[in-house]
This record gives sequence, structure tokens and C-alpha cells, in this order.
Amino acid sequence: MLQALEGSQAVAQAVALCRPQVIAAYPITPQTHIVENISKLVANGKLKCEFISVESEFSAASVVLGAAVAGSRAYTATASQGILLMAEVLYNIAGLRVPLVMTCANRAISSPLSIWNDQQDSMAVRDAGWIQLYCADNQEAVDTTIQAYKIAERTELPVMVCMDGFTLTHTLESINIPNQEQVDNFLPEYKFSRTLDPQNPISIGTLVSPDFYSEARHSHHIAILNAEAEIISANQDWEKITGRNSGGLLTIEGPTEAKVAILTIGSVYGTLRAAIEKFDLEQPIKLIKLRSFRPFPIDALKTVCKGLEHVIVLERAIGLGSGAIIGLEVLAALTELDHPPKVHKFAAGLGGRDIPLEILPRLLATLNESSDGRFRIFDVELDKLPEEDR
Amino acid sequence: MIEIRIHGRGGQGNVVAAYLLAMAAFEEGRYGQAFPNFGAERRGAPVIAFVRIDNENILRRNQILTPAFLIIQDQALLHVSGVTNGLLPNGKILVNSPQSSDELSQQLGKEVISIQASMLAKKILGRPVPNTTLLAAFFALTGMLSQESLRKVLQHKFKDAVLEKNLLLIQKAVELVPAGLWQQETDNVTSS
Repeated sequence: MLQALEGSQAVAQAVALCRPQVIAAYPITPQTHIVENISKLVANGKLKCEFISVESEFSAASVVLGAAVAGSRAYTATASQGILLMAEVLYNIAGLRVPLVMTCANRAISSPLSIWNDQQDSMAVRDAGWIQLYCADNQEAVDTTIQAYKIAERTELPVMVCMDGFTLTHTLESINIPNQEQVDNFLPEYKFSRTLDPQNPISIGTLVSPDFYSEARHSHHIAILNAEAEIISANQDWEKITGRNSGGLLTIEGPTEAKVAILTIGSVYGTLRAAIEKFDLEQPIKLIKLRSFRPFPIDALKTVCKGLEHVIVLERAIGLGSGAIIGLEVLAALTELDHPPKVHKFAAGLGGRDIPLEILPRLLATLNESSDGRFRIFDVELDKLPEEDR
Repeated sequence: MIEIRIHGRGGQGNVVAAYLLAMAAFEEGRYGQAFPNFGAERRGAPVIAFVRIDNENILRRNQILTPAFLIIQDQALLHVSGVTNGLLPNGKILVNSPQSSDELSQQLGKEVISIQASMLAKKILGRPVPNTTLLAAFFALTGMLSQESLRKVLQHKFKDAVLEKNLLLIQKAVELVPAGLWQQETDNVTSS
């Protein structure tokens, strides 16, 4: 049913529809209203679920790990410093190949202290072995949360649903909340193949000698790459039920003759779409919405970028001391093409800096400059810095 | 598309006001988008919230830099640098203030309507929270959304005595402003 809801409230309802049995969360900043809303559903008897308020994000991740291996469908949410505090457990969850769903309400990382949106937090754990899906709007956040359980349980990998903090979590807009029957038809009952059972004891998380560690890593890596098929099919199956498509691994739109594409991740997509409608651009452009960052969809990206001359990658995080994060991965993927497009790498909107519609013509103008394609923070105001830091 | 910026202080129900506005648009089958721009999260600190209303799905998520309307919940904010920035040339300002509309319009060189929202709220609600009074006045001035929609969304948001008092409050608030005064400006920005 279509409702006017805050993003956090909508995601809380989506989680509840997935019938989780255990939810653990740290209830204080940088937490969002997601778990607050879920705790209300539990307190009001609308969701039958064990809700555990813990003293830190480290414990939140540990509790849901334990719950999932004991056979429960589990959920947690965090952001920013919270995800950093969870980091050790996140690697363990993934390495143990435990299906879990977590929302990351993307926020900047301190220091300097910032409460606002960027994607440095989820990027900090990009190699933890989780699937990472990024949402362009709150409808996608709702639909992706539900799809995430299916993907996690079929691949036995944890899925992080990344939605921009504030920009999505605190925005009220029209959101379609599916009904229980639709979700029940989509999502079978959780049954973990390696549930801990005292009658049939097994050991997990044991020491792995150098003879097998490489093989364990290879197997985990391949499992994530192979998850592409599940991400695509979960999206297709959900579309059959609801008529809504969240965009599989990635989507591309725009005139076929366009030679320039802008690749975005997260909620800036809508602003760029509005900008394309608003400005009378000199050249047609395509817009690529990257939804799956882990697995990184190399083949899908090559397919949609074939024949392009320029790809502008606009991301909301920075690899300090190197530059682009997504931009470099796009560049690496596209070098496999016969005539790879030039990849231009930018970060913008760090620590909550507003991204206005005017960014579109300004980004396109950089193509006329004799740009070397090197990474820079697009909206940095250098005059605020001392000479030696510019 | 109509763009509205709400300025207030932490504790004045700024974000709630923005959400109620967008929810009222939704009630009337239109699209609404509302989001806050928090500063430091503490009572009394200046807070901004943004609202967009359109007949089509709203794609953009940037802050509202050129609003058609400003709703100011604390008159002291009128004199804070940046608060009136970007208001469209024919843009209007609704403010919670004991000063007269004429006096404030002259000071700011913009059309200002002032109402004593805090005082009315204190009298009826028992607390000087100006948000629902200002919303009712804003709906009356612009005619963009009906009082009926405001009543409906208040029923979603509040219960029992608080609801009853707010319903009485908005009824009184409407009488404080000339109905339809800003209809023309509303029609202009709706169609642009």
C-alpha cells in the first residue's frame, strides 16, 4: 500500500514483513529510526521477535551472528562509527558464511566529527566479504531489504543494504509497502544448512592452516562473484510479485547514441535524473545506476559501457592517499574492453555536502578540459585551505 | 513544483511541520517530499527543514536553495544571516511573531505575514509550539492544500487530548490570515 513515510519507518516495516526472529541493535547515535521503529512494533505486539538492545555495535553484530547460526532469521542496522566498531565481527560473519541482513544508513566517519551522509562507512568494510547493495531511493531500500533476505539465505552470505543517511533515512516520501502475503510468497522460511545443533555438534570458526587459508579465501571470493545470479533473480522474482524493479546489478538509461555516461551509486541518482530533465544539455548522456558494489559486476559494466567515450564516476567516499574507490574498479573493469572509454573519477557530497542539480553541467564541462582523468573531490573549495594543503 | 523551507529551533516541531505538509500533499493524491537539515541536535539550535510538493514523482534530493515560501517559527531567525537567502523574487514569508505584518514586510522588503502562533498555541495547547498553527495559516494563505487534509494528517500524528487541542488550534489559526492571499503565487510556482 502506498503511504507517506519516513525512509527509516518504511525500512522498519519491510524488516518486520520478513518475519525476523532476532534483532539486536545499539540504540544510540549513530543509530537511525529504523531500529527504534522496529522496537515499537515489537513492544506493540505487531512483531513477534526477540529484540535485544546491546551496549555496543560490536555486541549487536555478535548477537545476530550467534542468532543466525542457531537458526534464526536475524537483523541489525548501523552506520558510521558503529560499522567500524562492528568491523571485526563483520569479517567473521562473512568468513563463516552466515546469512544475515544489515542496513547501513550511510554516514561519514570521524575525525573530523560529522553526523552527515557520505559512504565512507560501508566502503571501509567493502572487503569484509559481504554482499553490498546500494539504494537510490526509499522504495528501493524497502524492496532491497526484502530481496536481501532471499539473496543471503540462498547464497549463505551476509548482505549489507546501503541507504544514504539523512538523504534517504530521514526523508518522508511516497513509499509502497508490500503486504504480508506478497513477502511470504517471496521469502520461504529460514532454514540454515549449518544450524548449530547439540544433537549433531559441529565446530565453526576453527583455525585454518596456510595449507587451506588461500582455498578458503578463494571459495569465499567465488561465492560472492556467483551471487550475481541470485541478486538478478531475486530482483526479477520480486518484480513479478510487485511490478517494481530495483535494478539488478546495475541499470543504464539514456539515448543509445550517447557517448558519455555518468555512473552513480546511491541517492544522487534522482538528483542527476532531475538535472537531465532540467538542463538543455549539448550532448546526450546516459546514466548508470550501480546497485551491486559487492559483487562488483565487471561483465555487466563492460556490456553497458561498450562504445562509450567517457564514463564519469561520481562517488561519495575517498580512498585517502590513493583517490577513487569505485572509479578505480570501474577503470580496471573497462580496460578489458577493446576500446575502453576514458574514466573520469570524482567524489562529491562528502560529510553531507549538498549535491545541487548544477553538478551535472559542471561535470560535463570537465570533459572539455584537457582532463587527465585523475581523481579529485569535485566540489572542494580550495580557497578555504592554507596554500600548502591545496 | 512548490518548494518550501521551514526555519525554526530544535524543539519547535520543525521536522514534524515539514512531514505534515508533505503528508497532506500525499492525502490529496500529490507527491510530497520532506527532509530535515539537522545541525547540532539540541534544543534551541537553529534547524531547517525542506518540503517539495508536485503533481509528479519528485526525483531531486538536493537542499532547497530557492524556495517560493519560507515558514519561520521563531522571529529572531529572520535576522540570522542566510535565513531569507534564495527566496524567489515573488516569494512570501510566514512568520511566528508579535510584530505586525506591515512592520516586518517593510523591514525585509518582502511580503511577510506574521501571526502570534506561539501565543495561540500556549493558550490552547498549553505549550508554545507554533508548528501546527503556522501550517493551518499557510494552507489558508496559499490554498495549496485543504484544511481537511491537515486535519487528516494530524489524526495520523496525534491522539486523544493533543489531537483535540490541535484541531481546535488550527481552526483558530485560519481566522488569523486572509484566505487565498497567496493563491496567485502558489498557482505560478505549481505550473512552473
